[in-house]
Amino acid sequence: MSAVLLEVEQLSKSFGGVQAVQNVSFHVKKEEIVAVIGPNGAGKTTLFNMISGIIPPTSGLVRFQGAVVTGKKPHELATLGMTRTFQNLQLFSDMTVVENVMVGFHPRLKSGILSAGFRLPRTVKEENEAREQAFSCLEQVGLVHLAWKRAGTLPYGMQRLVEIARAAVSRPSLILLDEPMAGLNPQESKQLVDVLLAMREQGFTFLFVEHDMETVMSIADRIVVLDYGKKIAEGSPGEIARHPDVIKAYLGEEAARC
Amino acid sequence: MGMEQYRRMVDRRKQWLLLAGAAVWLGLPWLVFGNNYVLSTLILIGLYALVSTGMTLLMGYAGQISLGQAAFYGIGAYASAYLTAHAGWSPWLALAAGAVLAALVALVVGIPVFRLREHYLALATLGFGVIMFTFFKEWKGITGGLNGFFGIPTIRIGGFSLQSDLHFYYLVSLFVLAGLWFAHNIVRSRVGRALRAIHGSEVAASSLGVNITKYKLQIFMLSAVYASIAGSLYAHYVTFINPDLFGIVPSIYFLIMVVIGGSAHVWGGLIGAAVYVCLGEWLKAVVPLLLPNAGGEFEIVFFGLLLVVMLIYMPNGLTGVVAKGMSKILEMSRHQKKQVAPTENHNARSIGGERG
Repeated sequence: MSAVLLEVEQLSKSFGGVQAVQNVSFHVKKEEIVAVIGPNGAGKTTLFNMISGIIPPTSGLVRFQGAVVTGKKPHELATLGMTRTFQNLQLFSDMTVVENVMVGFHPRLKSGILSAGFRLPRTVKEENEAREQAFSCLEQVGLVHLAWKRAGTLPYGMQRLVEIARAAVSRPSLILLDEPMAGLNPQESKQLVDVLLAMREQGFTFLFVEHDMETVMSIADRIVVLDYGKKIAEGSPGEIARHPDVIKAYLGEEAARC
Repeated sequence: MGMEQYRRMVDRRKQWLLLAGAAVWLGLPWLVFGNNYVLSTLILIGLYALVSTGMTLLMGYAGQISLGQAAFYGIGAYASAYLTAHAGWSPWLALAAGAVLAALVALVVGIPVFRLREHYLALATLGFGVIMFTFFKEWKGITGGLNGFFGIPTIRIGGFSLQSDLHFYYLVSLFVLAGLWFAHNIVRSRVGRALRAIHGSEVAASSLGVNITKYKLQIFMLSAVYASIAGSLYAHYVTFINPDLFGIVPSIYFLIMVVIGGSAHVWGGLIGAAVYVCLGEWLKAVVPLLLPNAGGEFEIVFFGLLLVVMLIYMPNGLTGVVAKGMSKILEMSRHQKKQVAPTENHNARSIGGERG
């Protein structure tokens, strides 16, 4: 049994009178792939934004590697080893692909404004290291040949891979993926699934929000189901597929449509 | 060809450019026969280039705005003026003290101001400029008020006094070179990437570990230091300063220089300053011929219009246009080479193995 990496305890968020997330608890273990699913408006993105420090929770706790991190800023969490991607891509579109990924290596470098400005040997060494790491990460997602292209000019599916490489290059212990399959065609989705599974083999841990049930069922070790801001089920893909509440709330709609 | 060869080609081109640049820099004063009017224009370009290089880092790279940059120019100028003329400090010490003071003021002002974004940030920095202008005007004991500050000593190096425009040309251009070098190093480092990331997407930059508030403040402080050093040099150059040089209108002119130059490259600040000063001199010569009754206000109208036109048709400034053209040419030459050598090895590993 491997160690627990992330614990979410009784996390809640209300916007005005609306309870977007209510008392949600679950955990993620090392080298797991955990999916959060739920119908539109179930509070998945809100939950994600609270875990990654973008918005503060109304109540509840987030524990990461044993320490309470509720209220920490996103950049502090990244330094502790938790990074994320975004549903609507947030690439730095005017920077090249490799520069994008090198930004992801930021927490592993130390050069400040003076060391960088005077180009001290330490900075030169760090820059080389960052570039090497970025290239090896790009190689992993199969984008090395596009390293010097402006990120904004890449097709959507490749931009998503860049975003994942960027989130992974600092070797964080946990990566949050917000709807990684959104907007991808079936071929791109398959490529992304392969990349994620290969990364898991190397010891990466993922927590992701997703709509695409096929992907969720094929790569998640465990699934947490939200509906109207509450957790209604948690279990293996097999258990979730048979769970009556889940079928009613979510899969039911899909099954009826198909 | 591989990247290696391509790099070497670029390196060689860079060396030639460097050599040519050095020749122009050293030879320029003789080229203009030591003409003092031209030299003083070049000095002005250099001083403004320092200010706008700092601002290019702040605006172009980090995507933040300052409409009060002339205040830092003023802090440097008055710090140097007061400390050398009244306190008897060495000009170099006074220049350093001015830079430290400007950085501290930027820190104190920046902490509240950088909680704001875009228009609100612009307004807040404008307000800061107005306040500082009032300080320069009213704090007569130190600044001499509207009458100005007279008798600022010249800069000395060892026992040698830098009095002529020729001396000052070399001094200022050394500072400009150092400023460009420093800015260039920042841009191609972790810090520069962080700044551009903030410009691109604050939420993404932050989720990757970039401390947004820290970098915004640091780059604001750095831009203040650039402006302050330029102000110190200016004070020693003209030996007389008055508050009007550090008010809102000069701040707007600095902004215009940055917009003209653009931020595709650190040279943007220098190019913007050169274009601004030359256009200004040209206007001074031409406008009286066309409109005999026009006053000095004509300049702000002209540059105001230019600002609007630039923002609409050339939002990335002159360096943006040049960079775009260059990348097109490079792309074309690469295509041609591909046709010549179709067996070229373009696989991932050959590129991945390179160091840039």
